[in-house]
Amino acid sequence: MSIEAREARQPWILLSPALAAVTLLLFVPLMFIVVYSFWLRTATGADQVGFYFDNWREALTDPFYRDILISTLRIAAITTVVCAVMGYPSAYFIARSRGNKAILLLLLMLPFWISYIIRTMSWINILGVSGAFNTALLAVGIIDEPIQMLYNEVTVILGLVHFLLPFMILNIYVSLDGIDTNLEDAANSLGATKWQSFIQVTLPLSLPGLAAGGLLCFVLGAGTYITPLVLGGPRDAMFANLVFEAIITQLNWPLGSALSLMLLAVLGVLVMIYNRYLGMAQLMKGLG
Amino acid sequence: MTRKIDNTTRYERLRERYMNGDLSRRNFLGLLGAAGAAYGLVTPYRALAQEVKQVRFDGWGGVVSEALRENAFDPFTAKTGIEVVDGTFGGGDEYLSRVKASQPGEYNIAHLSGVFDYARYHNLGLTTTLNEDNIPNLEYVIPKLVDVFRNVTDGSLSCVPYDYGTTGLAYNRKHISDDEMKEKGARILIDEAHKGKIAGWSDWRTRMWYAALQTDQDPNGITDEEAAWDAVRQHRDLALKYWGSGAELMSLLAEEEIHVTEGWSGRIYALQEQGHDIGYMDPPNGFGWQECMFVIKGSPLEACEELLNFMLAPETSIAVAEGQNYPPALDPQKVDLGDKIPTLPAFDPTGTLDNLTFADPAYWNGHEQEWSKTFGRVQKGY
Repeated sequence: MSIEAREARQPWILLSPALAAVTLLLFVPLMFIVVYSFWLRTATGADQVGFYFDNWREALTDPFYRDILISTLRIAAITTVVCAVMGYPSAYFIARSRGNKAILLLLLMLPFWISYIIRTMSWINILGVSGAFNTALLAVGIIDEPIQMLYNEVTVILGLVHFLLPFMILNIYVSLDGIDTNLEDAANSLGATKWQSFIQVTLPLSLPGLAAGGLLCFVLGAGTYITPLVLGGPRDAMFANLVFEAIITQLNWPLGSALSLMLLAVLGVLVMIYNRYLGMAQLMKGLG
Repeated sequence: MTRKIDNTTRYERLRERYMNGDLSRRNFLGLLGAAGAAYGLVTPYRALAQEVKQVRFDGWGGVVSEALRENAFDPFTAKTGIEVVDGTFGGGDEYLSRVKASQPGEYNIAHLSGVFDYARYHNLGLTTTLNEDNIPNLEYVIPKLVDVFRNVTDGSLSCVPYDYGTTGLAYNRKHISDDEMKEKGARILIDEAHKGKIAGWSDWRTRMWYAALQTDQDPNGITDEEAAWDAVRQHRDLALKYWGSGAELMSLLAEEEIHVTEGWSGRIYALQEQGHDIGYMDPPNGFGWQECMFVIKGSPLEACEELLNFMLAPETSIAVAEGQNYPPALDPQKVDLGDKIPTLPAFDPTGTLDNLTFADPAYWNGHEQEWSKTFGRVQKGY
């Protein structure tokens, strides 16, 4: 075998474990889901094998699914904006801090050591009728009756922000950390105020990190179902809850498959738009 | 009761007969050879069978699982060496979905609620046929509870009845008096006065059952479906939260997030035992249910039957019932159930269970596909 041929094969040999994993754990299951989406659920709960468009027709034309999808995208968008507003100053502070950067980054990662469900449920002990917040307000006499703070859209967004904020901060931090601070100094020496140098130099240069964090928060937020289940009220379901219900409660795997592919397609389009204009490289840096 | 002999004992007996001269050398060696050939043929299956060192059990978690673990599973393991691995689920639908996705034999025994669940499993081809000779303690069970399961599976059984209870009305006595409950009954769940302090189980059957009571209809024969769905919507608009598990139900009541909900009798009794001032009332035609220990097709039958028999032994069954706070399926006319069980909610001293209304499996399973889907929408504001 020639050296060229060996060199051409080498990347494939190195990539083969990852390719095998992606094929077996992602592509093949995805194909199963695609096939399932064309089957039907019978009255007994068993699946009727075949090639039917009924689930797709229902998923695409029923306003119920459209409305919940829009509501899901709205909640994910609000969450992303809140994460960006809260995350940027924190990321800036970490990126510009001297000496204690490693500790701050460690603190940022600390919540990941606790289960996501436990973190979500902790809000019940904080905001519940007999939770810490109400107890404190009652103790200092600000209120006479506990305030009902849980089980609404606000607490769902709060839970999502709690979950997603570290992803946003990390991405912005990576972007800010890569900016040469001499550029800000140069802007200042040319007469720009600190605020002007931030708005005209730092912020534009950190936008890829902000966008990468935004994409991550949006995609993860739109796909969540635990948070609305634990912190939401009767009407606060998100699209993933519909998938869960179709598959688990109604035992309608074919419809659940069509719905999950629909969500995947919508989020896939968003990722493609992002990739078209900003590229995936920044996202990879943030995740790395 | 006859006891099976193992291969070593068989060989020793054969050898003894040969040594005693009852068996010729040729026959002895021939029988050994035949045994060896048979062993070779069945080895793959034996290998599988020999791996039955554990049985998987899935139940409702919380105090129910604790009671089973302490009073049934640990003593069973100590006695037989078979480990019982227990998992939990929040509802029958969720569990059925898991079983559907599993390999045969992955799940073995489930603590199912209601004959309608048993019928669903049967319709999906997940039932098996238990050898009742291996479950002699079945004779202590209330006959009515056994018969309803037999009717579904053409006379055979894929489960043993284990306990029963009700889904009644649970209320915080600090905020709702016993008199108010008696006056309003099931309608308290759609009473504007308690808006934001009401909850309910996110189970379409329970929602429709209570909607039937709220609209003065027979839960096993709802004639005005629209009125029932309106009642479900009304409840949704007044409710703070749909709960999804017994633990969540107990937490919502104990933390006083809600004042009234429907609840599972045993869980409410557990709250009362913990000192919470929670009242419990079964309204007329309240939701009665019977639970069974269901053996799923593909499970190691003999090990499962042994476990079921152990669980049905009066001393085990009574201890579990006292722990989980649901009356056992044992017939009070045949077994002395002690002091605590007669005090449990839903207990019927006659053993006829005539005072409870059970869901008609044919009726509820006939509406399952349509109503579960509709409830999914109504729940979200539609």
